[in-house]
Amino acid sequence: MTSINQVQEEIKDEFEILGSDRESTIYYIMELGNGLPPFPEEARTDDHIIKGCQSKVWLEAKEEEGKIVFLADSNTDITKGLISLLIRILSGRTPDEILQAELYFIEQIGMGNIIGSQRSNGLASMIKQMKLYALAFQSKLNA
Amino acid sequence: MALDLTHIRSLFPILDQEVNGKPLVYFDNAATTQKPQSVIDALSQYYQTDNSNIHRGAHTLADRATRTYEKTREMVREFIGAKEQEEIIFTKGTTEGINLVAATFGRKYIQAGDEIIISTMEHHSNIVPWQMLCEEKGAHLKIIPVSDAGEIDLEDFKKLLSPTTKLVSVVHVSNALGTINPVKSIIDLAHAQGAKVLLDGAQSTSHLEVDVQALDCDFMAFSAHKIYGPTGMGVLYGKREILESMPPYQGGGEMIKEVTFEKTTYNEIPFKFEAGTPNIGDVIAFQKALEFVKEIGKANIKAHEDDLLAYAVEKLSHIKGFVPIGTAKEKVSVVSFLIKDMHPFDVGMMLDASGIAVRTGHHCTQPLMNRFGIEGTVRASFAVYNTKEEIDRLAESVHKIAKIKNK
Ligand SMILES: Cc1ncc(COP(=O)(O)O)c(C=O)c1O
Repeated sequence: MTSINQVQEEIKDEFEILGSDRESTIYYIMELGNGLPPFPEEARTDDHIIKGCQSKVWLEAKEEEGKIVFLADSNTDITKGLISLLIRILSGRTPDEILQAELYFIEQIGMGNIIGSQRSNGLASMIKQMKLYALAFQSKLNA
Repeated sequence: MALDLTHIRSLFPILDQEVNGKPLVYFDNAATTQKPQSVIDALSQYYQTDNSNIHRGAHTLADRATRTYEKTREMVREFIGAKEQEEIIFTKGTTEGINLVAATFGRKYIQAGDEIIISTMEHHSNIVPWQMLCEEKGAHLKIIPVSDAGEIDLEDFKKLLSPTTKLVSVVHVSNALGTINPVKSIIDLAHAQGAKVLLDGAQSTSHLEVDVQALDCDFMAFSAHKIYGPTGMGVLYGKREILESMPPYQGGGEMIKEVTFEKTTYNEIPFKFEAGTPNIGDVIAFQKALEFVKEIGKANIKAHEDDLLAYAVEKLSHIKGFVPIGTAKEKVSVVSFLIKDMHPFDVGMMLDASGIAVRTGHHCTQPLMNRFGIEGTVRASFAVYNTKEEIDRLAESVHKIAKIKNK
């Protein structure tokens, strides 16, 4: 399996091809959101919500053979696209890998300028929540 | 008369810029309008040559600043057709004006069991102060419903009115939908029951000819920043006899006649309600905004904006997936809409990427959004400097965005 940083490099390359046009970059992020696997309806509960200002995110984590699989959804397509990037990088990893991951691609792509400050805050909350899941699973595995 | 838009646009330096590599289209005028160079210059001129604390100074600068500051009061009086300058109170904005009435008129005249009527389409700033007051006093808030088109039915209003109604506080023009409410009838009906009426004029004063004497409203609050003026400055109009009978708002300098530890006497209106050093620079700069509006003329502004609204509605309604929210017969130049199967936040961000600034979300009118069973809308709102070419660009972008989900 490719490493976390290898996936980040792939993503950086994809965004580089899009160039500096913000419009096409945003359309691309929306398209990524469409590729997100369907979210299980039974998991669409309030304790799985990460609330941002205008967009809602549902995030669910399952453990499979020592690795964490993330499932997520959002009521907005751009946010869905952003989660799909995080899932591509972090899903199917061990809790240690997730906790140690440094998601430098966000800064290097200049994501803040593309998605604005409200959504950047939302993105940071999603990462935090994913790491919290990893921490919880880690303590369970070590127990 | 067709407006010389090239000239008008040249007065607004901010409009001449690119955003995301595209010429800026500014359609967020209901949130705040842009400022002409004359307003910007007046503000910096004040600090360069006249800055001084007003009213008590014995020196030339203080005197000059005071006279210039007080000139705004006269210009505002004329702008809204008030009888006297003393009926014009300077505030931070609409929000403070409404809170001032709640804190003073409300403190004195609202008792347990009394009723205050507002509508479903109020801005949060015309809901929350009344909720707070009602909670404190044991009074009740009654809500006028709105129709699917986003209109108030006067029959519904009449059903709520009664001799226990002490105050009716309604928005003249809805910021979220653009609906122009039948405020003259509302005021007459309320007065017939002995209730006072406050108009939230935040959105009406920039688009409509507003004459507070003809309307006979008891209060009207509005903000300078929505009428091409600076932020942090607004107006509360109130009828003299009511203002005089109200207790003061905040305590401090300016609002007193004489202070001793035994007893303080209060200043005359309007100063009774203007404690502390006011926002002198912005109050003075607002004159230039009023001059700008006067020079073009409200009727000409309205005609141009009506034209833009009709053009936008015609263009946008042909787009598959376009869902207008708020289709009142009487509207100012606001188009609130959704695109089928898309979140307004996404639409707003994609429009922004095309250089088009709109607002998305609940527009501080959550109860209204709940009424329509939606979380929010995309809102494009037009001002005097906007053009049909800009609306073409909006329609083109909306079309492109709508196609993603509405093939
Ligand atoms: C209808 C209405 N009322 C009140 C306000 C509040 O105005 P301000 O924030 O300037 O006090 C606004 C501004 O958005 C408004 O549109």
